Amino acid sequence: MTFDLINSLYVFMLAGFIGFEVIRRVSPLLHTPLMSLTNALDAIAVVGAIVIAGEAKSTLSTVLGTLAVIAAMSNVVGGFLITDRMLKMFKSSKPKKP
Amino acid sequence: MTPITTHLIEVAYLVATALFILALKWLSAPSTARRGVWAGELGMVLAIGGTLLHHGIVDYRWIAIGLVLGSIIGVPLGLVHMTAVPQRTALSHACGALCVTLVGTAEFYLRAPNVPRFMMAVLSLEVILGSLTFTGSLMATGKLQEILPQRPITYKGQNFVNLSLLGISILVAIYIVLNPAHKALFPLMIGIPLVFGVMMIVPIGGADMPTVISLLNSYAGLSAAAMGFVLDSKLLIIAGALDGSSGFILSVIMSKAMNRSFSNVLFGAFGQVQATAAATQEARPVHSATAEEAATILAAANTVVIVPGYGMAVAQAQHKVRELYDALTKRGVDVKFGIHPVAGRMPGHMNVLLAEADIPYDRLLDMDAINGDFPQTDVALIIGANDVTNPAARTDQSSPIYGMPILDVDKARTVMVIKRSMNPGFAGIDNPLYYLDKTLMLFGDAKGFVGDILRELTGGHA
Repeated sequence: MTFDLINSLYVFMLAGFIGFEVIRRVSPLLHTPLMSLTNALDAIAVVGAIVIAGEAKSTLSTVLGTLAVIAAMSNVVGGFLITDRMLKMFKSSKPKKP
Repeated sequence: MTPITTHLIEVAYLVATALFILALKWLSAPSTARRGVWAGELGMVLAIGGTLLHHGIVDYRWIAIGLVLGSIIGVPLGLVHMTAVPQRTALSHACGALCVTLVGTAEFYLRAPNVPRFMMAVLSLEVILGSLTFTGSLMATGKLQEILPQRPITYKGQNFVNLSLLGISILVAIYIVLNPAHKALFPLMIGIPLVFGVMMIVPIGGADMPTVISLLNSYAGLSAAAMGFVLDSKLLIIAGALDGSSGFILSVIMSKAMNRSFSNVLFGAFGQVQATAAATQEARPVHSATAEEAATILAAANTVVIVPGYGMAVAQAQHKVRELYDALTKRGVDVKFGIHPVAGRMPGHMNVLLAEADIPYDRLLDMDAINGDFPQTDVALIIGANDVTNPAARTDQSSPIYGMPILDVDKARTVMVIKRSMNPGFAGIDNPLYYLDKTLMLFGDAKGFVGDILRELTGGHA
């Protein structure tokens, strides 16, 4: 377990640095879509919920898992949908290429 | 259970992780941003598809029900009106945090009492962060939707109560880490942070929402990363870390834009210290103008910078503002928009509303880009913004917002302010801008007044 924790901490640290460098470059123009997109990506927690809901280990875990799948899935669908709707609205005043 | 499936799942997760990072990279510019959404969607489909092959899954019924119900709930949440985006975002933080808390709880009851200490520590972090983010975000949703009062609610000893709640939950967590067999204490470790989440948002006012939403975003990401530690899922750790750092960067930008620290936002409710400042001010003369006068000045200008604020969003004036932009542009006036990072109720709020109204994004400039232009600007037109234009932030050391970076509208040749009345803004801080000789106050509803100016502009020369 200790070994895994260290491994996970390395992954977390590296991902944190990547996130910092990538997101620092996002234009303030797109900060709202940024938040809704990261929200949708964060809903990847659904994979953990799916396993819990499907393992059928106890009634409690199945109920909690199913509720968790519902909560996360609403973020997946809603998050991607609204991000795309928002980004579609951003238009440049320069003439578009055909 | 074949090893092939396991490898397949691993590969799907690996590709999904890469796609998530690319999604955020492509989001950096409007021209590639939509590609980013598609990358994210593809990654999500791969990850969910891979997970369904997981060997531990024996029963697909509840998964199917969850996926379908969640999608059905998600569609209306994805189709809300653009003005409702801040509360929708807060609500989605709540859903994300709820998922993490529920999974953490299920994990605990499945494993207890055989939970290794490190895992229990991370699991505690997961459910504490998850549950306080859940209720905190619901409170933020309520305030933004105006189900709850937007003004900060404070009482004596508030910070003491809040910090004690947080302290107790951490103590409970430490106890459970040392004695994972004490299952009975687990509900306490969720219950106390649930209460803390509510209490934490009670003293937060509407103007602080951009920082608070970003902070909650960060917490939601960190709790998901903690869940990744517990489940030993690198995909989850990375997605959580990306979300966590995004929320963190946004909160830093927001609090810098208000010249305040996190602790000041969370523990020092805005609007109380200013009570004395507001009381001492006397009535001073201002210049007011009619729509006709405003239209004449705007038509004669070469360059106009429009500064929108939350008032524009409340009045739903963005489409009228677009018409004004069109009318002025047609006359050869150079119209730009100056957008303060904390204008509105969440990061980037104004940009989304103006983009929705079809204003080209290259006309929307952030504070650093526009501030150098004000001295060469003929007219700065302020619609529903107040504190972010207050020159006292530069000059008056006794002002509560002293040091906050502002849009230097007072350097423009003429300043016009559309405002309902002379009542000071949300924070209750008087704005010396309104008493300048070059400032014209246009009293009225933002949407109505812009409409009146438009009629004058198009009526006379159309």
